[in-house]
Formats: sequence, structure tokens, C-alpha cells
Amino acid sequence: MNDWLDLLGAGPDKPAGRRALARLITHIENDTAEGSSALAALYPYTGRAYRIGVTGAGGAGKSTLVTALTCALRARGQTVGIIAVDPTSPFSGGALLGDRVRMHKLAGDPGVFIRSMASRGARGGLARATADVALAMDAAGFDILIIETVGAGQSEVEIARTAHTAVVVEAPGMGDAVQALKAGLLEIADVLVVNKADRPGVRATVNALQTMFESMPHPPPGAPPVWFPPVIETVATKDDGIEALLDAIDAHCVYLNESNKRAEHERARVEADIMRRLRDGLLGAALDCIGAAGWEAAVAQVAARQTDPQTAAGALIAALGLGEAKAR
Amino acid sequence: MPERKIRVLIAKPGLDGHDRGARVVARALRDAGMEVIYTGLRQTPPMIAEAALQEDVDVVGLSILSGAHMTLAPRVVELLHAQGMDDVLVLVGGIIPEPDIPLLHAAGVDQVFGPGAATGDIVAYIRAHLQARLGRAAYGEPP
Repeated sequence: MNDWLDLLGAGPDKPAGRRALARLITHIENDTAEGSSALAALYPYTGRAYRIGVTGAGGAGKSTLVTALTCALRARGQTVGIIAVDPTSPFSGGALLGDRVRMHKLAGDPGVFIRSMASRGARGGLARATADVALAMDAAGFDILIIETVGAGQSEVEIARTAHTAVVVEAPGMGDAVQALKAGLLEIADVLVVNKADRPGVRATVNALQTMFESMPHPPPGAPPVWFPPVIETVATKDDGIEALLDAIDAHCVYLNESNKRAEHERARVEADIMRRLRDGLLGAALDCIGAAGWEAAVAQVAARQTDPQTAAGALIAALGLGEAKAR
Repeated sequence: MPERKIRVLIAKPGLDGHDRGARVVARALRDAGMEVIYTGLRQTPPMIAEAALQEDVDVVGLSILSGAHMTLAPRVVELLHAQGMDDVLVLVGGIIPEPDIPLLHAAGVDQVFGPGAATGDIVAYIRAHLQARLGRAAYGEPP
């Protein structure tokens, strides 16, 4: 597995290093044994890259904003890995990954690596393997990772866990003050962007968002500082407001480091990661144990109303002999 | 264990601005369960080869209606090979005069689909040819 480390060590600015990274990402996406062991080997070399998440409704301008942001980061001399997630069709299992269409400007720059990912049935705006792909890019040596979610609605909040700074992109006229109060996407924003700020209605949108954040409870004097998400206006197609956005992301990074929140964030991410693997692994092992026939029998009994789903699941769990485990 | 998805890059090299054919094919491949990366218009061969590398695709589909296929397609093949992507299936679609087709094959293009080609035939061609190739190259050893 050290082969992969050697290959990545060629550096992402060299064709050989980029090819190795691309192939490793395919292994990770396909959940191969090769990918798992490579991830284990390179994990000690991760943790250096700063991860920026970009999310928001489809058409708000996420890809264009990611492109403008990447250009600004490159001008500062930082290398950038981009993971752009688009949805997998639940009907065909296929996907059309179109984020590169907006990213032409970045072509030919060896300091930028773009990988399109299909969500492959995962919810939360990311693919199941997105966080692991980010680890591979991190180990490959990129300074900044930008993770763009699928066009998100109100509950694709997985990005908050994966990214250090979550940027939520809105466009003018996408809802009233009540929309801004609803739970979900806006709650995870570390930085809010109102893109297409040259369109009508931008004032009302910015006001509604600012009012929401200003009405958040302020900490009492002496308490540790709380982060209030700034609202930044951008016109990504003209690079307007991009420096202000970068400054806001920088400020959030400083806040995370100084308040020790970055370590807490890392801990929460790791915890959720282990938990997910535990859940998936246990479920897989349990299903193997139950077997196709046992599963069919339980489903048939419930479908025929001979028993209820909770009792059936309880019986399956009891048969596994895990002690006091209970169906939920 | 998730199945291995076929990844396809659909690109439009050169200067013609007609991408309807490319979009129809992209959609058909998506509906056949493939992951299709669409790059949009006016791509240079180096841009296409680099995108193919980063996306680690199994297939590169070039849509060319400008008449420049004899310049553009061999260049893409050459660049793909130069970066070690010898296993990638290269397909060309668009307005390709009959006499040019054997020349494109000789230059390393695997198949040419002209106007009137059924999308189902393209899907079937990709599946059949990748099965043979992925058999040995799937997941590969480290390059």
C-alpha cells in the first residue's frame, strides 16, 4: 500500500501524482479493498488541508462561485482540490456531472485538481465516499479543499460536518423572511453568500438573512466569543465580492483555531465517521447472519399482518445474541 | 459491495457551438446507469486529456461537427496515451465523412458514431467493449 503513498508523493502538480490520485479516488468511490488499505496507510498524512464546503439550491451559482474562489486562492499561491458532487438518478443509477462546465477557467493549472462525484444514493448532499476522497486529496498535499454539494434544499447538512467552513449560497428572490427562519441549511452556514447580487431583490434577501443572524442570542460579557455568520454579496461571474468572501472564510478559520473549535470539529467528524462505519459494518454482519431466507420470512410475516415491524425486527436482533439490543 | 460504475467524459473539442448531440448522448448514457462528466463547449485537446485523467474515466466521447476531427481526435488520443491512459475507450460522434473513418481508427479512435446512430447502440458498444477491458483493468494495480 506504500505504493500509493509513493505515487501520491510525486506531487499533485506532476501528471504522475495526479494520475495516481485520480485512480486512488476511483478505488475509494468503489469501496475496494485496495482503496481501504490505501486510506489506512495515508491517514497519518492527512489533517493539513483546510476544507471549505459550498452548498445551496441548484442554480444559485455554486460552481461559478467555486471557480472564482479557486482563482482568488491560486492568486495567493495556494493549491486547491475541488470535489463537486451531483445527484445520482434513483431510477437509472446514472448521473450527469456538469460542474466542470462552469470551471473552464481552471483548466491547465497544475495547482488545481477537480473531481466530479455522483451522490450514488447517499442523502445529505454528499456521496458516501466524499469525506474519504477529501482525505486522499488532503494526503496528496493540497492546501485547500473545496467541496461543492448537490443542489441542496433545506436538509442537506452533511457538509457542515465534513467542511471546516460551510458557505451557504443563496440568490435574490429565493424566499421570504419565514424561509430564512426555517431549520436546515441556513443553520449550518458559517458564511452566507447572496450571489447574483446585481439582480433585483438583493436588498430584501440580504436584509432578511442579516436580521435572522442578528437576532441570534449574543453571549454574555466574558463568555467565549460566538461566531456570527457574515452575509457577503457576490457576483461570481464578474469576480465581485470574492475577496470579501475569502476574508470572511479566513476570519472563520482564525475563529476556529483561536476558540479551539477546530479540534472539537475534528473530534465530532471523527466520531460520526467511526459511528457510520460501525453502523454499516454491524448491519452488514447482521444481514449476513440472518440470511436471505430469514429475511424473507420476516418480511412475509409482517406483510401478511401476522406480526408488526418492531416485533419482527426485535426477533431478528434477539436471534443475533447481542445481549440487550432492542429494535428501534 | 457497490457495482463498478462506468465513467464517461463527454467533451466538445474545437470551435463549433452545437452541443445538442453531445447532450442527447450524455443523457442516454446517464439513463443507462453510467456516470457522465460533461465538459461543455470549446475544449482544447489538452483540457480534455487532463479532465479525463482527473476524473479517471473509462470512456472519452468527442463530439465534433466542425470538420476538424482529423486534427482534434488523434491529438486527444495521443495525449491520453502520453499520460498512460491506454485503456480508455475513445469514441467520436458528429459529422464524419465516410473516408475519414478508417483514418480515425488508425489514429487510435475505437469507434465512430455518425448522424442517425441509435443511442442504444452506443450504450451497447460501451458495455461490450469495457467488459473485455475492465476484466483485466478493473481497479487495476497501482499504475
